[in-house]
Amino acid sequence: MGSVTDLEALLRPPAMDMPPYPPKAITLASGEEMVVRQVGREEIPTLLKAIYPLLLVERDYYDIVAARLYSELLAFQRFRVRDEYVLVGLIDGVLAGLVNGRLVDGKVGMSYHTMTIRRGLRVGSHLFAAKMEYHIEHIGQEEVLIVAESPIGFRRWMIEYPLEKKYEVQHELGGVPSWVLTRKTYFDAKPRLVSGRRPVHDNLLAGAATVRLPGEDSVKRQVLGEKGGKE
Amino acid sequence: MRPVYIVGAGMTRFGRSEWPLVDLAAASSVAALHHAHLGKVPVDAVVVANMGGGRINRQTALGSALVDRLSLWPAAAESVENGPASGASAVKVGCQAIAAGMANVVLVTGVEMMRAVDGLEATDFVASLSHPEAEYIYGVTLPALAGLFTRLYMSKYGVERKHLAMVAIKNHDNAMKNPYAHIHQTVTMEGILTAPESVVNNPLVADPLGMFDCCPVSDGAASIILASAEVAQKLAAPRVLVAGIGQATDTHAVHERQDPTDLKAVRLASAAAFERAGAKPADIDVAELHDAFTILEIAESEAAGFFPIGHAHKAVERGETKLTGKLPINPSGGLKAKGHPVGATGVAQLVELVWQLRGEATGRQVSKAKTAYACNFGGFGNNVVATVLRKEER
Repeated sequence: MGSVTDLEALLRPPAMDMPPYPPKAITLASGEEMVVRQVGREEIPTLLKAIYPLLLVERDYYDIVAARLYSELLAFQRFRVRDEYVLVGLIDGVLAGLVNGRLVDGKVGMSYHTMTIRRGLRVGSHLFAAKMEYHIEHIGQEEVLIVAESPIGFRRWMIEYPLEKKYEVQHELGGVPSWVLTRKTYFDAKPRLVSGRRPVHDNLLAGAATVRLPGEDSVKRQVLGEKGGKE
Repeated sequence: MRPVYIVGAGMTRFGRSEWPLVDLAAASSVAALHHAHLGKVPVDAVVVANMGGGRINRQTALGSALVDRLSLWPAAAESVENGPASGASAVKVGCQAIAAGMANVVLVTGVEMMRAVDGLEATDFVASLSHPEAEYIYGVTLPALAGLFTRLYMSKYGVERKHLAMVAIKNHDNAMKNPYAHIHQTVTMEGILTAPESVVNNPLVADPLGMFDCCPVSDGAASIILASAEVAQKLAAPRVLVAGIGQATDTHAVHERQDPTDLKAVRLASAAAFERAGAKPADIDVAELHDAFTILEIAESEAAGFFPIGHAHKAVERGETKLTGKLPINPSGGLKAKGHPVGATGVAQLVELVWQLRGEATGRQVSKAKTAYACNFGGFGNNVVATVLRKEER
């Protein structure tokens, strides 16, 4: 980022050390391999281009998730949010979905958003699981605070894991009461919801080194109903 | 009785519709009318098949509504609700009107907008077809009944999950070639069954059925135009004869059946349809079966007489039911991948078969198809309509 002025240093939140998320490969229902890996700030502009067309898509709350995710990614890129991370799912290098979250402190994490672009293959479910895996297994946190903004999210997280209510805590996403994933919940759910292989084969990893975007029409078409449609 | 021909067929793409229910029905109706090229020949009657309109879309009397939407007054109008067999039942009603000389042209449209509600409510509304005191009040759903049925079938005939997966893979492949299908996504054995990740990719819905063993919840509409011989012979298009229709019922509650794996209503309805058509199962070139769950394609293909009981899964294994096999089943993608808007399904099966018999099923055309069969499976097998169609050379 180059030099940081004194004022800029005051505007930036302090940062904790976060271990990197080790990439993994997941075989999808289609037989395709999805690589899940962490992205750095330099890759955020590419992700913003993928999200932009979804800002006006009302279906399944894509608009609100896209708007909030857009701002969260910008804040991450420009150092305006503390301890955020972003994971992406890539199929043949093409963005299939992304998730983000941040650390509240050493023991508590906060899930932000899960955005699926390639629908119908449980990409969102895999990526959300990867996010939980990062908090619990790699960072070693005790719990993750989670809310859902869509009925689909509620079914996937609150019911499917299932999460516990932690209504005394107001989540950062609008101050709604939080639900929580504990270490016990995570490890109980892990056999049926968390998957993937490490290390990722070099060829597969090389193919996922650069995030490529599906076309804007393709993004909208997949989100608007051609579930699982491939560009 | 007078013979009945199908002279036009059309459908909307299945999936999720933003249109109102009647507009959706109108869209497929217009497509079928266009396909029929009726010119100035009037439509005498309209029959609409639908299961949930009154409950989930707050719209009843769909026959009247569709006549008005299409300005087809003073055509007679009926609405038919017969669970998931509504579509073929509506076709039967239309055929009866022509056979009896009460009409010369009948538009039959099946329509459903299930995605107006969430998946849980859609599952509940479909479950309302089950026995109210013996099944529904205990929380029995159609996937639950199918799961129990599958376990029995597996233990009795040696069907394995891999056979179910083969049906799903085939039907997803076929749907890739069907622009009207809900799901355009291939799946693989590794991805849905054998890879460790398959546990996440294909979670159990009702043991032993996974997500990819179950049809999606779909919106959609399908229409056919029925005509008397007098009308059909004036049209230039190939003639498809409704050679035979059979219908049979079974006990409402599945547990009351002597052998729950015996799809008696499929067996009897099919036998009646074949007898009326003067045909036998071996004459069938292509079939559309009601695979709301993958096991049903296997079980129905046996009950209809295409394979000996307990042997269809072996035929699936040998590839005999693929597009290029001896008896292609569900070239449309079936309910599994084309989708299952319940009221539309029975009509959509015939739309696909009409296209197949007319040589218009681009990309998935079954070679030299002349005789076709459809099974529309209502309830959990308690009300089944089987139909045999035959192409007539001019």
